Amino acid sequence: MIEIDSITKAYGAIKAVDAVSMTVETGTITVIVGTSGSGKTTLLRMINRLEEPTSGEVRINGDSTLSVKPHILRRRIGYAIQGHGLFPHYTVARNIAAVPRLLNWPKDKIRARVDELLELFSMDPAQFRNRYPAELSGGQQQRVGVARALASRPDLLLMDEPFGALDPIIRTRAQEDLRHIQRRLGSTIMLVTHDMEEAIRLGDRVAVMDGGKLVQYAPPAEIIAKPATGFVADMVGDVERPLRLLSLVPLSEVVEDGAAEGEPLPADASLRDALSACLWTGRNAVPVMRDGATVGRVTLTAIRERAEMRA
Amino acid sequence: MKTTGAGLSAPGLLFAVAGLAALLSPFMTLAANRIVAGEGIFLWNMASAGAVIPGAAAVLAGLGLGLLQQPASLRFAGAVLGLGGALWLLTQGASSLLAETGEYARVSPAVGFWVLLVVLMLLMADALTAMAPRPLTRGAILVAILSALGLILWSGALSDLSVMQEFASRRDAFLRETMRHLGLAFGSLAAAVVIGFPLGILAHRRAALRSATLPVLSFLQTIPSLAMFGLMIPILSWVGATLPGARALGIAGIGFAPAFTALVLYSLLPVVGNTVAGLASAPPAALEAARGMGMTPGQRLRRVELPLGLPIILTGLRIVLVQNIGLAVIAGLIGGGGFGTFVFQGLNQTATDLILLGALPTVVMALSAAIVMDILVDLTRRTPKDKT
Repeated sequence: MIEIDSITKAYGAIKAVDAVSMTVETGTITVIVGTSGSGKTTLLRMINRLEEPTSGEVRINGDSTLSVKPHILRRRIGYAIQGHGLFPHYTVARNIAAVPRLLNWPKDKIRARVDELLELFSMDPAQFRNRYPAELSGGQQQRVGVARALASRPDLLLMDEPFGALDPIIRTRAQEDLRHIQRRLGSTIMLVTHDMEEAIRLGDRVAVMDGGKLVQYAPPAEIIAKPATGFVADMVGDVERPLRLLSLVPLSEVVEDGAAEGEPLPADASLRDALSACLWTGRNAVPVMRDGATVGRVTLTAIRERAEMRA
Repeated sequence: MKTTGAGLSAPGLLFAVAGLAALLSPFMTLAANRIVAGEGIFLWNMASAGAVIPGAAAVLAGLGLGLLQQPASLRFAGAVLGLGGALWLLTQGASSLLAETGEYARVSPAVGFWVLLVVLMLLMADALTAMAPRPLTRGAILVAILSALGLILWSGALSDLSVMQEFASRRDAFLRETMRHLGLAFGSLAAAVVIGFPLGILAHRRAALRSATLPVLSFLQTIPSLAMFGLMIPILSWVGATLPGARALGIAGIGFAPAFTALVLYSLLPVVGNTVAGLASAPPAALEAARGMGMTPGQRLRRVELPLGLPIILTGLRIVLVQNIGLAVIAGLIGGGGFGTFVFQGLNQTATDLILLGALPTVVMALSAAIVMDILVDLTRRTPKDKT
């Protein structure tokens, strides 16, 4: 559990981060979202003390981050940044091994961990281990950057706009991969972004920052349904709110008995996908499949009811 | 690549024309003694036809091979063949001309030989550029060329030449001044590294120190070398006279100490400047990641900044070494020793051959140092992107 306790960063009279408190549960993704200058990156960088807080403190599993030297603290916290930050003169394997080497892990343990991570990120170790970052695609570089941040099994992974440099199509895939890997490893992740879409897609909880203050900290559905301030509502985008909401609901929640024509959708697809399929093919309902068997249907009426429930 | 006509190398054509002109110019100079100006001797008056024709044929064949566009290795072979021919002509000319003249007569290469030498070396450089040999191959080529040069000098084939006669009468002095020259050039480089490298690291870390240091060092660099050596005389003679024990260490207004000090001062800007530039060349995102993963400042320096900056830092050392080998000649003026001793003696006596005895080894030393340092720079570029 990460406890951020009334943390403040002041540059002269200006407070970049103003008395922010929040608690992050172990094994969840928390996305900090805000416009530039909102203090979101400063907040993140105070957690591994790349910025020293002016007041307040952060506790990781009960221990204050101020109780150890900054570089020792940072070796326990993964850190992935925009534009990957890989060392150009190190091979992929050596990049991933950077933190375990700082922690003096034995060589064979490091080698096994590197291969394990490469496989986790769907990169064949034999093929990629000895390549240099310049020989990888943008998406591969980003994956190696995240693998490096996870190498020493850190208590917490901090990510500062990790997908910012990727093109939209690769970005969506990278987000899915991250979600998948986080579920598998049970990692605790705090991620900074300016993209509300990304926050809603990835976050178990979303923290919205504005002018150095935490204006709302809630699960994504609540952020969309009950924005705390006009700023949050603007970030969510009023027109797209129903669609964003639908994108959070899996078909399995509204599936009903009955038959429907045409191509079926998997049960873990979202209502937004179902709506899109209905409109595109001119149907009033789509069949829902789970494990290869049709389990029922989702109707346009049910989608509408669900969208109106909290909008 | 664009070809001219039927696969002719455009530079090769230029080299062939210049080489032909060189063969038609006075090839050697014959003088009655070492001071007076000599008269130019053409190739065909130099020695018997049997001696001249093989050499001239080798030069022409070499220039002819140099005309080929592909492969570059044939052009390289042409340059080697041509150089062999030119050296042959030199030895044949020297012995045959001396055989016909008096005891004090001197023969030396004239404009034709020098132009031919430059043309053939350019041809070799052009071919090597096209061949793009790996760093270690370049090292092997350098060793082979220097060994061949050493072997030719040691064999005595060139000992009839005037410059070699100057050498023969100064063998011990030449060895002493060679060591002195190496000591000046490499010693000042070492001292500049010992001072400049830590200074560069500090300047990289602290912007205030950086903005104070670099302009001062740039200013030092702008002082003309003669003036710098001159300025050292009053400063160091004052130090030698005032500081107790300084004179015992050999610190005086003239000699090794002022020459060495001046060279160190000239060396500081390239060393400090390139250290700062090299350390700053690491990508900011990589440094941010290094800090974020818990590297200490020392670890960031050793594992990220230094390895990535090493090629640039070594380029600075290359500049210093080549510059100091050349500048150390001026040290001869204030009694610092080195090859400059011969150059300034030669200037005073208007003995061109004595000047050459100082100048030629300096050129060979500087060229070799430049090539060796380039090889080191290439070997330290470890990222595939830079290898191309």
